[in-house]
This record gives sequence, structure tokens and C-alpha cells, in this order.
Amino acid sequence: MSTAPLRLVGNDDYGVKIPASSAAPAIESETQLRALLTALSGVDAVGLEARAAKLATRSIKKSTKMAAIDLAISMVDLTTLEGADTPGRVSSLCAKALRPDPRDLTVPSVAAVCVYPDLVAHARSVLGSAPVAVASVATAFPSGRASLAVKLLDVREALAAGADEIDMVIDRGAFLSGRLGQAFEEIVAVKGACGDAHLKVILETGELVTYDNVRRASWLAMLGGADFIKTSTGKVSVNATTPVALVMLEAVRDYAETTGRIVGVKVAGGIRTTKDAMKYLVLVNETTGSTWLTPHLFRFGASSLLNDLLMQRLKQRRGAYVRPDEFSGD
Amino acid sequence: MTEKIPANSRLGSLEYDPAPESASIARLKSSYGLFIDGSFSDPSQHEQFVTLNPANEEVLATVAQASNADVDHAVQAARRAYETVWSKTTGAERSKYLFRIARLIQERARELAVVETLDNGKPIRESRDIDIPLAAAHFFYYAGWADKLGHAGFGANPRPIGVAGQIIPWNFPLLMAAWKLAPALAAGNTCVLKPAETTPLSALLLAEILQQAELPPGVVNIVTGDGSTGAALVEHAGVDKIAFTGSTAVGRLIQQRVASSQKRLTLELGGKGANIVFEDAPIDEMIEGVIDGIFFNQGHVCCAGSRLLVQESVADEVLRRLVRRVEQLRVGDPMDKNTDVGAINSAAQLARIQELTAFGEGEGATRYTSSCELPDKGYWFAPTVFADVSQSHRIAREEIFGPVLSVLTFRTPEEAVAKANNSSYGLACGVWSEKGSRTLWVAQRLRAGVIWANTYNRFDPTSPFGGVRESGFGREGGRHGLEAYLDV
Amino acid sequence: MSDSRLDVRKTYKLLINGAFPRSESGRSYEVASAGGEFVANMAQGSRKDLRDAVAAARVAQVKWWGSSAYNRGQVIYRLAEMAEARRAELAEHVALAEGLSIKKAERSVARAIDRVVWYAGWTDKIAQVYGGANPVAGPFFNFSLPIPSGVVGIIASQESSLEGFVDAALAPIAAGNVVIVVASERRPIPGVLLGEMSATSDFPAGVLNVVTGITSELAPTLASHEDVDGIDLSGVTGDAANDLNAAAASSIKRVFRPRDGDGADSTRRLRAFIETSTVWHTIGQ
Repeated sequence: MSTAPLRLVGNDDYGVKIPASSAAPAIESETQLRALLTALSGVDAVGLEARAAKLATRSIKKSTKMAAIDLAISMVDLTTLEGADTPGRVSSLCAKALRPDPRDLTVPSVAAVCVYPDLVAHARSVLGSAPVAVASVATAFPSGRASLAVKLLDVREALAAGADEIDMVIDRGAFLSGRLGQAFEEIVAVKGACGDAHLKVILETGELVTYDNVRRASWLAMLGGADFIKTSTGKVSVNATTPVALVMLEAVRDYAETTGRIVGVKVAGGIRTTKDAMKYLVLVNETTGSTWLTPHLFRFGASSLLNDLLMQRLKQRRGAYVRPDEFSGD
Repeated sequence: MTEKIPANSRLGSLEYDPAPESASIARLKSSYGLFIDGSFSDPSQHEQFVTLNPANEEVLATVAQASNADVDHAVQAARRAYETVWSKTTGAERSKYLFRIARLIQERARELAVVETLDNGKPIRESRDIDIPLAAAHFFYYAGWADKLGHAGFGANPRPIGVAGQIIPWNFPLLMAAWKLAPALAAGNTCVLKPAETTPLSALLLAEILQQAELPPGVVNIVTGDGSTGAALVEHAGVDKIAFTGSTAVGRLIQQRVASSQKRLTLELGGKGANIVFEDAPIDEMIEGVIDGIFFNQGHVCCAGSRLLVQESVADEVLRRLVRRVEQLRVGDPMDKNTDVGAINSAAQLARIQELTAFGEGEGATRYTSSCELPDKGYWFAPTVFADVSQSHRIAREEIFGPVLSVLTFRTPEEAVAKANNSSYGLACGVWSEKGSRTLWVAQRLRAGVIWANTYNRFDPTSPFGGVRESGFGREGGRHGLEAYLDV
Repeated sequence: MSDSRLDVRKTYKLLINGAFPRSESGRSYEVASAGGEFVANMAQGSRKDLRDAVAAARVAQVKWWGSSAYNRGQVIYRLAEMAEARRAELAEHVALAEGLSIKKAERSVARAIDRVVWYAGWTDKIAQVYGGANPVAGPFFNFSLPIPSGVVGIIASQESSLEGFVDAALAPIAAGNVVIVVASERRPIPGVLLGEMSATSDFPAGVLNVVTGITSELAPTLASHEDVDGIDLSGVTGDAANDLNAAAASSIKRVFRPRDGDGADSTRRLRAFIETSTVWHTIGQ
């Protein structure tokens, strides 16, 4: 027997409803900012983690898995952020970014490479006009402990060298000590320096610790002008986790519904397997939906993940488990 | 970014391909006898009735209709086992039998989950992740009481009652069998268990497990059948104690029937749980909790949060998010690992849900129903939310026992409590708020046997479960759960 | 082949943090049966071994208490499974150590295994038996929770090589503590075997540590170690026990000493290493 179709409050659509015109509140003082952030709903850690765990049981198979693997590959920001990085290392990385599997040209290229500012020019020259973006970390990455002037110089040099995207770090010291206005102003200033370049704000969720902090920092970053919010630098012991990503996805969803502006999410650090990547895609699928299922709005900051995605892709085609040596170690 | 901003983002656009669990592990027989005195009787000796898969109406097997004579036979076996074997078995030995059973349930978990889903219609994810693990855990927990009853707070050497007759419902078949058998056996009683008519199979598989555990014959007997089998058990003079889980209507009848006997009685009956949401609730987790409270197990839960009492100041926003979330529920093949909501257990139950829901619309409530496609065969009901419900509406007072939520509003904590208590039931409630003192204040005043704060439908063998008023009396789980099966 | 096959002899080592090292001192001592025959060279543990064990135990305790009571019960039950599977070996060594007939030794082993099962079933009952809500006169929700003391040092019974070891080691473990057991000096092997079984029972590393050696050398170190929260003096008597008791006082350790009245059903050992934490929470709109 059939039952009456869904009737939503408001109109015929369902999902995440994004208003056509922007309605972001103008932030005029730290007091106002604090009031706005503390008025956000709290997060119950137990319920959040249970939801993330339940979504992790979604079973992705066959054609969905093939499509999801290719989507995940196209969402990778292939990263090298080591003190020992050299132009040679970056060249290998860029080659892999463009052509992850040289024997199979149907494999999509990744979204971007992610490097330190002083290697941006080299990455740019290797990639040329290829459709792989150059993302640069900046603002005294990873600690963020430097003056605003130094941080802005860091950003400008990266942009001058040809970076398309800037991954900045939020000032956790300022945030955790309640200097929300300072953390906010910094983001506004960096966004100003970015111009058309696309700004990701790294929250360093492992240092924020609580989910309430992650929700508030997400909103602070978005109000400050972030184009993306990102979980981690990958340089501390606790990086991206599915519950943290879930909070951030809920935040971008609510922000889009409130202000009409769509902000992306990048998860970084500790994501090594296809299975992990699938869990994150499920979260996106069931929290923010179709609009966000694209490299324009969702990224994986990773290095070894790419090879596992390639292995799984090959395994799906061959029907047998594959040796890791099949793929380059870049 | 110069992307055109779409007007909405569709949730669930990444389609999950079918991910069916294989049914081949089930190894069902075509027909079953009764499990009495340690062995299965010949099916051909009994009238048989079919048990169906409610997801597609296919016959799974036929099971025996236990006659009055069969019930008598089972009670005699239980009595003999009690007098000659089980009452002489030390606590340490009973403990080890129960540990064996728990372990066997763990070992055969996948098989049990598949059988449960085929027979009941609940999603495989739920039978796999909730029903079966909780059933094993229940046996583990009570195994650990059997050899230390003197520490349970009922005296230094509490004795069992004797033979327990136990009648269980169809909504959590194996789990309800565990909730009945484990404490009874731990305390030293023997049992005659009657599974529900529409879900006998997991209990029959449990009987095989009891054989593998080498439980002495007659300690547990399982008699399948319809209401007449249950009535015969309730009225049998050789039964010392009756434990019943099911509807309040039948519970009332049972209480009347045993009124002039010396039989001990515990009842776990219906409910109309109120999920109370304050404006400072953690919003996303609350939505999940409200959804889980009424759509988990298709709403076939006595403690379901079937009434949402939402603070008026946030009612519109909560309703909007709820309805969006309802539309995301994946309704369909229970054997698919990605299914959220499965089939309604029987044609009879479906008819009841349809009747009450139609009445609800007639009463003037605003209806929102998921636009999910329902399969052609089987018993299905699309998740439904009724807004603008008032306390006087039938859908706010009667237990629907299906995936239907009624939404009411309140202004103050006192009003929330009054509305929540305005029911002849009193099984479970939920309270959603970040303010601990208020949550505790409300909990103190709610007339309910179970109160969940910032969560819902959480069960644990250590946590006592049961209702007040017309939701029944007696508790299952925890130290308190022993009381029903001890002569104290 | 012929009946005179040479068997591979077993080396008995310490159990520290889930691994089986020799004593850092390199020393060993001889263990003989009750009848005086040589049985094996046991590792002669040192102060430094104890120090390492305590450090590992401290880390392990956080994780052990962080797991659920259900999980702890499962782990202890699995130890019973392992012990049951190896009960012939246990009986052989109990018989040798205590000078019992094989039949009497088997009964002792059976009782010991049933004791392990008893403790497995305690993990998720302690909170209900020893905790609860308190009806204070005021608008407060008040409840008392039993929590473990932490790291417990145990000088195991010198005479009861398996049953005594089980009671002393498992009672605190069931309550959420972690233990360092100094096994019986002359009859250590059954306890050492139980330690081996724990390592294949999903016991997390560091929850049960077993150090063999000379009791009078090892006990004072444990009793005075300031990062040990409690001590069980079952294996020491008389003046030596009093001295250890006094040494324990410096860090206000909880001390357990067996009494004549302790029966099989006694929960004194369980309660000896439990603290009660009471929480008040206001109730109001």
C-alpha cells in the first residue's frame, strides 16, 4: 500500500537547502563573535562517535566502489611536507600527481600537490599548465607561532611563487586562550592577501581536542572567509578522525544553509587506506550531500593513501590482491 | 570559485550498490518439532504452521503447534530436571553452562543474525551489531551471578523458585529469549519458553546451541505455538513462575488468569515513550537519537520514543531537520547491509499501523511520510512523522508499535514532565539537554522505568530494564533482574 | 623410534609487560619438588626487574580500567579456557611442587580454574554490589562508584602454588587493578604457567606481571616502591610481614594480610584494592 509522499516544511526540495543570497553576519567585535560561537549547539561526544561508527558500517561494493575510488583519487592533495624535501622529491611527487599510474591513463590525476612555500615555484614549473593545483602551506606551518607580519609575508611569497591554494593554520594559542578576535582577524587578513587564491584554514583538531571547540573553530574560520576548513597539519599525534570530520561537515552544512556560502572540507593526516577514504566519502554523502562530492569541495590530504587507492582500483579490475611494489613509492 | 551554487545538495546521491548478506549460512530445516527434555520431537507428530519472511512473504519453514499435552510434557520435563538435576547443580557448574552458551552464541553469531533477520524482518546490520551481541552478553553477565548469588543482596543463600514459564514477543526474538533464560538458569530454575508465533526460528537454533553446550535435558524446553500454547503454559499448575513480555492487553489477561494461584509474575508490557528535547539539546546527536528512538527496529520496540516532546522555541527547526533525516532512511531488503529500516513483522501488525496512522491524519495532525520506494511483496510501512499532535489525539496515547512518530510541544520543564507522564504507560523516556541539573530534575519526576539522557535505546545486561504502571512490573538485567527468579 | 627420546626442557622466564625476559641480573636459582628433586632453574628476579614491571604496569592500568567491565570479564574467562586446556600440565606441577598425589593435584587445579571463572564474573558486578546511589538530604544526585586503587604488588602464598596464586592475582585484576606478583619462592611454577597462559588470553601487556626469585630480596622493594598503590602480603609472615607493613606506610599503601577467617566466598581481596569515588550533581531546572 502506498503512503502519501514527503511534504517538507517550506518547499518541494529536500536535502541541504542553500539560499541564493548571502546572509553572513558581519562580525564587528570579539564580544559579538564569542556570543555567536557560544550560541552554537553543543556536541555530544558519545552520540557523535556512535553516528560516525554506524556510518562506517556502510558497505560499498562493485560499481559504487569503482566510482568512489576514482572520486577519491581526484580528491587527493598529494603531500610532501618534510624538512628534507628537495626539488627532486617534489619533481617525483608532481609526476605522480599528474599520472598516478603510468600504465593506466584512465586513472584521474589528483586535485593538487601540497608543499612548503619555498618549493612552490619548482612544483609550478614541473606541473606547467596541467590541471593539478599547487597548494602551499603557509603562516609558520605547522605551529603557527610567529607574528602576523611574518605569516602574511609567508603567504605572499607562496602566492608570488605561483601557489593556487594556501593552507594556513589557525592560531590555536589564541583560540584556546579565548582571544577569538585575534584568531579571527588573522584569517581575515590572510584571506585578504589571498585574493583569488583559495584559502584552506587548518584547525589542528588534535590540539583543539573537544568537538565543541572544533565546531566553534569551524564557524570562526568560515566567518573569517575560509574557502575550506581542514582538520590537521598531519604533524601532531592526533589527526583526522571520522567524528571530527562529521562535526566539520555538519558545520559547513549549517553554514551554507544559514549564509548561502559553500565552504569545503579537507581531511588530512593518518588516512592511509581505501577503506578509510570510503568512510569519509560516506560521511560527505550522508551529511552534506551531492554538492560536496567533488574535489572542489572535498579533499584528502595524504601521501600513502594514493597507492592504496591505486592498489584497490587494480584489484577490482584484476579480481586478485595486488603487490604494493606495482606502484611507485612517490 | 565561480561555480554556480545549486539550490540544494541532495543527500545520499552516492548510491550504494546492493550489499546483501548471504542467506546460505542459515541452513534452515523445512520443518521443526518441539524441544523438550533435551531433544527435538518429530515434526510429523504435531500440527504444523508456517513462519514467513516478512520481507517477501516466502515460507521459511514450518514449526510445531504445541498442544496442551505438549505443554504438559514440557512442564513435567522441566519439573523432573529441576528436582533431580538442576537444583542439585552447584552455582559454579551452572555458571560454566551459561558461559558455554554465551560462547556458542558468539561462535555462531553470523548464522543467528541471518536467521533472525529472515524471520523477523529487521535489518541485518541490527541483528548483527545489536541483537546477537547483546544476547551473548546477557548470558555472560548472568553466568557470572550463578556462583555468587549470596552477594546479590538477597540474603546469604537465596534459593530459586522452581519451574518458570516464559512467553516472549516477536520484536527481539533471540534477545528476549536470552533475557528470560539467562537469569532464570543462573538462579537455579528450569524453564519452559514459548517463542512468538511469527518468530520461532532463532529460539529453535538456540535449542541446538543448548544441546551443544550439553545442558542437562529438561532444564530448558522450547514449545512453539500460537496464543493457545501461551495460555496453556500460563495456566499449568506445575509452573511456579510466569514471565511475560508483550502487549499490555495480553499482560492484563495473564495477570487475571494467575490471580487466584500462587504463581509469581513479572510483566514487561507496552509503552508510549516520550523523547523530551530542550532547546539546548546537542542538535545533531539529538536528531539521530530521536530517529533511532522510533525507527530502530521499525519502531517495534516497547520502549520506543514514539512521542517527541520538543520545546516550542525550537520546534520548527527540529521538525525541519527531522523530516530531512527521515527522507534519508534506507528502507528495504533487511538482508542488505546498508538497510536502515526493514519490514513490518506481519500482515496483522501492518494493518494495525495503517489503521492508527489513518486515524491520526483524520484527527488533524500534519503527516510527513518518507517518499522511499517500498517493495511490492512483503509487509512495509514508510517512516512517518506526525506534527501538530496534541495529548488528546489517539496517536499520542495508543502504542502504534511501528515507524510512526508523533510530535508535540511544551514550554517549560514542568509542562514537559506533565505531558510525558500523561499516559497510563511508564516504560521509557529520553531527555535531551546539555544542562545536567535540569536533566536530573526531569528524570527524577518522570514516571518511567528507564530514562535515557542524550541517548536512546541503549541496552546493557547490567542495566535493569522494565516499566511502571501499565508498562508492567519487574526488572530484567542487572542485579535487580535476579529478584524475579529467586525465592526472596 | 626408541623410548629414550630426549625431551626439550623448558626455561622459565619472568613475565613483564607481556614479554618473557630473563632477569636483568642474569641470576637464577634452583627449584626442587616437594620431595627434593631438581625441577628447574628459575630466573632470580632483581629490584630492577620489579622497577621495570611497575613502570609497565602503571601504563597498562590506564588502558585496563579504560576497557569495559564486560571486556575485562571476557579476558579473564579466556584465561580459564586456556588453563582448562592445559590442566594436565598444571596438575603435574602442582603435584610436584606441593607433594600431592596426581588426583589431589587435579582437584586443586579444578578448584583454581573455577576460581578464575568466579573472578571473570565479578568484573561487571562490583559496581552494583559495592556502589550505588546515596539518598542525601538535599537536591543532589549522589552516587558512589568503586574504582581500582591502581598498581598492586603481591607476595603470593608460599604454600598454595596455584589456588593461592589465582586468588591473590585475580581479585585485584577483576576490580580493574594491574598486578606484579612475586611468585612463591619454592613453588613458583604453577603461577608462572598461569602467567604464560595469560599472555595467550588477550590479557593486555602489563596487566599481570610475574617475577620469580627470593622473596626476602624482592618483597621490600615492592612494599616501599612509591608508585605501587597496594600490597598483598600473603606470602610473608611474622616479623618480616610486620616490617613490610611498616615500609608500605611511607606511601600510605593499602595493605592486605590474610586472616584465618577468610573463606572461599570472601570478597576481602576484591575490596582491599577498591577505592570509592562519590559524585554529587545538583538537581534543578
